[in-house]
Amino acid sequence: MGIINIQDLSFYYGDFKALKGINLDVAEKEVLAFIGPSGCGKSTLLRILNRMSDLTYGSRVEGTITFKGEDIFKLDPITLRKQVGMVFQKPNPFPMSIYDNISYGPRMQGIKDKKQLDEIVESSLKKAAIWEEVKDKLKKSAIGVSGGQQQRLCIARSIAMSPEVLLMDEPTSALDPISTLKIEDLINELKEQYTIVIVTHNMQQAGRVSDKTAFFLLGDLIEIGETGQIFSNPKEKKTEEYITGRFG
Amino acid sequence: MDIMKWVFRGCAALTIVAISVIGFFIIFNGLSFFTHTSLWSFLTGQYWLPSGEIFGIFPMLVSSFFATLGSVTIGILIGVSTAIVLVELLPAKLASILSKMIDLLAGIPSVIYGFFGLMVIVPLIKNNLGGSGLSLLAVIIILTFMILPTIIRMTEVSLKAVPREYKEGAYALGATRLQYIFKVQLRSAKSGIIAGIMLAIGRALGETMAVMLVAGNAVIIPENILSAVRTVTANIAMEMSYASGVHEQALFATGLVLFAIIIGINILMQWIVRRLDRG
Repeated sequence: MGIINIQDLSFYYGDFKALKGINLDVAEKEVLAFIGPSGCGKSTLLRILNRMSDLTYGSRVEGTITFKGEDIFKLDPITLRKQVGMVFQKPNPFPMSIYDNISYGPRMQGIKDKKQLDEIVESSLKKAAIWEEVKDKLKKSAIGVSGGQQQRLCIARSIAMSPEVLLMDEPTSALDPISTLKIEDLINELKEQYTIVIVTHNMQQAGRVSDKTAFFLLGDLIEIGETGQIFSNPKEKKTEEYITGRFG
Repeated sequence: MDIMKWVFRGCAALTIVAISVIGFFIIFNGLSFFTHTSLWSFLTGQYWLPSGEIFGIFPMLVSSFFATLGSVTIGILIGVSTAIVLVELLPAKLASILSKMIDLLAGIPSVIYGFFGLMVIVPLIKNNLGGSGLSLLAVIIILTFMILPTIIRMTEVSLKAVPREYKEGAYALGATRLQYIFKVQLRSAKSGIIAGIMLAIGRALGETMAVMLVAGNAVIIPENILSAVRTVTANIAMEMSYASGVHEQALFATGLVLFAIIIGINILMQWIVRRLDRG
């Protein structure tokens, strides 16, 4: 049994059924990629895992998800989100200094000691492989750095909460190829410490960063398996058609 | 097509001409007064005795300052909180009804506010706190009512303009609703909120009619919040109808000082907003 266990999960936007009875396990310290054409429900599923879906007005969930054995729908969403961090499609640093961005989470937790905050900021930025680039401008606005750097700041901001799981919703789709590569390298380093679930449109990316891949189509989980196997020898015909670019 | 181009240009020019004419008019008429009384003794003089040709506006400056400070402080507390409630805490339908009512508040003519103040607020103060009721406190209360729509509306708009991504980012870090509002949303919206506050300061400082009705209009430095006061604007409005000669010039000079203060506040506002947007 994995760190996250999804059973018979269905999700509705109003009358529209966006996810149809998903069963899925996420093992600890693995990188799991969600792939599939637009509208297949992969982002929707990701956003349920830390209950960001609560913010969507008029939505409804059926089924259960456990995080370390606990039902996430019975947990306080705030407690859950502290352990399950999220990085978004569009880099969204807050309009404040780099330091304030990274220390935002720890401060909310009630950490006030300046030295401790300094340490958290430095180690988080180091883990996100951006310390060298920003160490001299911690007091400068986070909006002033490049898009790729902003995204790594957002990763650092999540890391500062010392979560166990990082959810990434197409984290490189707004970035140039070089920034994308840096984020992918980062994901490969981060998987030593964190469980990562990443949604991606880019199949090469899924191939480069993930251990396992899940393929979704129209709200159904079609197939999940080792990334190598999914790409070279998929069991399902639909997976093969998508991977080989025949649709989607 | 060409004709319309000139019509639009003409309209734009009209605004500039209007501002220039008003500015020139006030400066021209006001400046000549300072051959009679120096600017310094005009600003710091404690006595305003037109019949004796003694002109000091210090008591009015102090009154205007405290009236503005008081109303804007209370206005910020109530206004910003109201806007937060409207944008983040109330269901959308209820919020839009309330929002419309606040707009209505902005449309009420100032003389009605003054009338309301005179008939309701002033007696309330008189009966509960003593004195005549015509007081700095009454001015502050009325001005607070008048500037609230400005502060609420500007704050509401700026809070709504904060990108949804920030909300998601904060929530994803385990922020509660209030932690998001106070630590991210308000900070992101600060330049718009401050612009609203500056507009409110301008309105509080410039309001005449409503203030005149409840202020008592005695030219004294207010000793406490129940003292009768006369603001800079009320001074002009009250005496312009019968003033002549040096007295009339003194009133223009009063207007000039007011004009300078308002321009100063505007420049300060633009500077602050620019600085905030950069940092």
